[in-house]
Amino acid sequence: MKKELKLKVNGQPYDIFVKPKTLLVEALRDHLALTGTKRGCNSSSCGACTIMLNGMAVKSCSILALQANGAEIVTIEGLAKGTELSPLQKAFLDHGSYQCGFCTAGMLMATTALLTENPKPTKQEIKEGIDGNICRCTGYNSIIRAVTAVVKGEYKEAK
Amino acid sequence: MSEYSVIGKRVHRVDGPEKVTGSAKYTFDLVLPGMLYGKVLRSPHPHAKILKIDTRKAKRLVGVKAVVTGKDTLGHKQGIWRRFPELCDEEILCREKVRYIGDPVAAVAAIDEDTAEEALDLIDVEYEPLPAVFDPLEAIKEDAPQVHDGIELNININRHIEWGDVDEAFKKCDHIREDQFKCSSQAHVCMETHDAVVSYDYGGKMTVWTSTQSSYYIQRLMADMTGLREGDIRVIKPPTGGGFGSKFELDSAQFCAAILSMKLCKPVKIVLSREEEFTATKRRTPMYYFLKLGAKKDGTLLAKEARVITEGGAYTAMGATALYLTGFFSSFPYKYPNYRYDGYRVYTNTAVTSAMRGFGAPQSTFVGESQLDMMAEDLGIDPIEIRRKNGMTPNYEVPGQAFIQSCGLHQCLDKIEEHVKERGKLPPNHGIGVSAYGFMSGGIFNWFDTPYAFSAAVVRINIDGKVDLFTGACDIGQGSDTTLSMICAEELGVKLEDIRIHAADTGICPPDLGAWGSRETLMNGNAVKRAAAECKRQLLEFAAAKMAPNIAYDFDIKDRWVHLVDRPERGVSYFDIVKEAIRGKDGNAIMGRGHYTPHRKGMISPAYSFGVQAAEVAVDTETGRYKLVNVTTAHESGTVINPVGIEGQLEGAIMMAGGYGFCEDQPMDEGKILNPSIADYKLIRSLDMPETDILEIDTYEPEGPFGAKEAGEGLTNPTAGAIGNAVYKAVGVRINDLPITPEKVLKALKEKEKKKK
Ligand code: FES
Ligand code: FES
Repeated sequence: MKKELKLKVNGQPYDIFVKPKTLLVEALRDHLALTGTKRGCNSSSCGACTIMLNGMAVKSCSILALQANGAEIVTIEGLAKGTELSPLQKAFLDHGSYQCGFCTAGMLMATTALLTENPKPTKQEIKEGIDGNICRCTGYNSIIRAVTAVVKGEYKEAK
Repeated sequence: MSEYSVIGKRVHRVDGPEKVTGSAKYTFDLVLPGMLYGKVLRSPHPHAKILKIDTRKAKRLVGVKAVVTGKDTLGHKQGIWRRFPELCDEEILCREKVRYIGDPVAAVAAIDEDTAEEALDLIDVEYEPLPAVFDPLEAIKEDAPQVHDGIELNININRHIEWGDVDEAFKKCDHIREDQFKCSSQAHVCMETHDAVVSYDYGGKMTVWTSTQSSYYIQRLMADMTGLREGDIRVIKPPTGGGFGSKFELDSAQFCAAILSMKLCKPVKIVLSREEEFTATKRRTPMYYFLKLGAKKDGTLLAKEARVITEGGAYTAMGATALYLTGFFSSFPYKYPNYRYDGYRVYTNTAVTSAMRGFGAPQSTFVGESQLDMMAEDLGIDPIEIRRKNGMTPNYEVPGQAFIQSCGLHQCLDKIEEHVKERGKLPPNHGIGVSAYGFMSGGIFNWFDTPYAFSAAVVRINIDGKVDLFTGACDIGQGSDTTLSMICAEELGVKLEDIRIHAADTGICPPDLGAWGSRETLMNGNAVKRAAAECKRQLLEFAAAKMAPNIAYDFDIKDRWVHLVDRPERGVSYFDIVKEAIRGKDGNAIMGRGHYTPHRKGMISPAYSFGVQAAEVAVDTETGRYKLVNVTTAHESGTVINPVGIEGQLEGAIMMAGGYGFCEDQPMDEGKILNPSIADYKLIRSLDMPETDILEIDTYEPEGPFGAKEAGEGLTNPTAGAIGNAVYKAVGVRINDLPITPEKVLKALKEKEKKKK
């Protein structure tokens, strides 16, 4: 009853078998051991499981793994180039945009997707971009500051 | 003071790189070979006798490895108030009776979560439902159902605090106000739910990985409950996805995983679902507050009386401390010459209420600061002025209770006054409300009955100069690993990157009471500082022998340079001295131990932080909806060790405390929480989050490491009160029960209109 699922995750092709009811977040975490993606609710309301699917921010608990068949996925593990952190990752470090870190993967993926789509978001657009993501620790403003700093070009993309 | 080279600097957190790359491994992420998955069966009744539990069908399900009930436990009752056995009242796996919807009755271990879940459905529990009681005001009536047998009027515990002559003082007041308030509950909503991986082996040793605020508490409580020796239990805290007061008691994930693992000698993992997290873990204590406040015409506060009845829920938990602290902090941050508090914690058949960030003080601050604004208005005095007139000052003794050394409350008031003036005339329906607060830097209480120092640390310097810091402190996101590493580096005179911290692993770290009551910076910070100082002392002995200066010279280390204090250019490299010292000690690494337990510091805490907050709201009078426009906080927490950390604490506290005032609530029906999901439990999201400004006030706390004190929980205290006062300033309606929802504002506006007519 398991079905074949082909995915490209962080540039790496995978060919696995999953149950039809397996959620994408489960496929990533439990089958591919990409545990950087978190789960805070399993009901698409906290954003901790946010990943990028074909360039868009998607809550990976909100879709079945098989619905993502053939998709290109980026998770938190795919943001750094080698050992060099992405501009947003660096900005998060500098601005203390995380505390417990449990929402951080989702926040980084939501904001990475935002900047991919809209490299010059306004503050309001940044807020909208993370409104689906709960952070119980930081109060969001340090995250907004980090994204703003990247938008202003204060961080260089790794080559 | 810029003489510091590490503390006060904007640094990356020591756990930063792993957290921004997703490589930090939380308990939630752990998988061990052969690991099984557990699930907990919970009571659907608020109050019922357990007549029979039949687990046979569940056991026969393919993939199920064990099913346990209360019969598989020692039947001990646990609780964190270990000094008072009558307050240890929670079995975790109930044997005879369930007392709230969510009380655990059985647990299953299976090859995967789905199978475990399926097995839960196959467990037959026969209940005899009992009459239940949900509201504490009902529960204290003569004929109310008894939540625990033999507890008169369901009163779990009462607390009395008094000084001066309150009754006499009220006679001398020109004006007296009596007001009632209701403080709601609040869920912690840690993004990582409670979880544990427990591995018990054939040798009789247990290892627990768990998301916790105190690995030592879990070790000790687990020993009490399983009969194992403390030393046979090793508790390791991996990175932890939030705590906020919810994770320092033994919980059902930890205990059920342990009992299952002991049956099977296999690792068992239990992760609570978000729904369980909302319904079956602890929550903020709801309180009915009755306040009487008396003042002279000029605003001098002469007397205050506070009476509180709290909804305890089914068990004691940390609620007894919340009851005490709400009473103590009801007098904060003012100099009441006469004060009386009577608090009652009442058992009810509802989810257990306990500690949550601020620990009773957000409630007392909301009610106290609301009432103080009313008093100021009655007397025609400016709200800031009345706070200034009565506010605590340095070296103040709270009569018979506490001694306050450093206190920057008045500077904070000045700053907030300036801020309010700068905002000038506000647009219509905007209002700024202020609220002043104080909080403790760790509690002095030892209800846990630890025989150990409250905090301890070990520092070891290795041959390459790298420093291992071992401490029981628990970083749950608040940043203690970073703060303590900074304190260690500063004291030792090395760089932050020279420190590697090993924390919250009872197998290798000295015991520490953990992260609650805002205790880590001051208490553990002192222990770390002393351990580092002990290492430094040893290094300086070798430096003195090597350099042989005039005996009158003093040595120190700074930026890895061991030097004469008065002739800093004369010195040697830290790395060279380390090598020589280790050689000189017969090859032993340099070791230092430090500990801290507050002595002669009163009954509450060794130090207190203070602050004043101004919240600006904009109210839509058509709908009652309002927007949090800006929250500006002037606060002082002694020397700032980790500025990025403090900003984060402050802004994060506003999200949580603002939520307490603005939207968070747990409505119930017959003991059932009606909104147990993140979709239905309204939290402040980024679009609701106000602008946050911080006005830092310099103070120095003599008792703290380098003059530091708490900056974690106190910041949760003022916001609900500031919002309430702001709404009043904006549109002239006062809401006395939390949260201040649009519906309540609208209703009050309509009533106000009616009265006008
Ligand atoms: S886990 Fe997917 S949104 Fe919460
Ligand atoms: S950092 Fe803890 S939830 Fe965001």
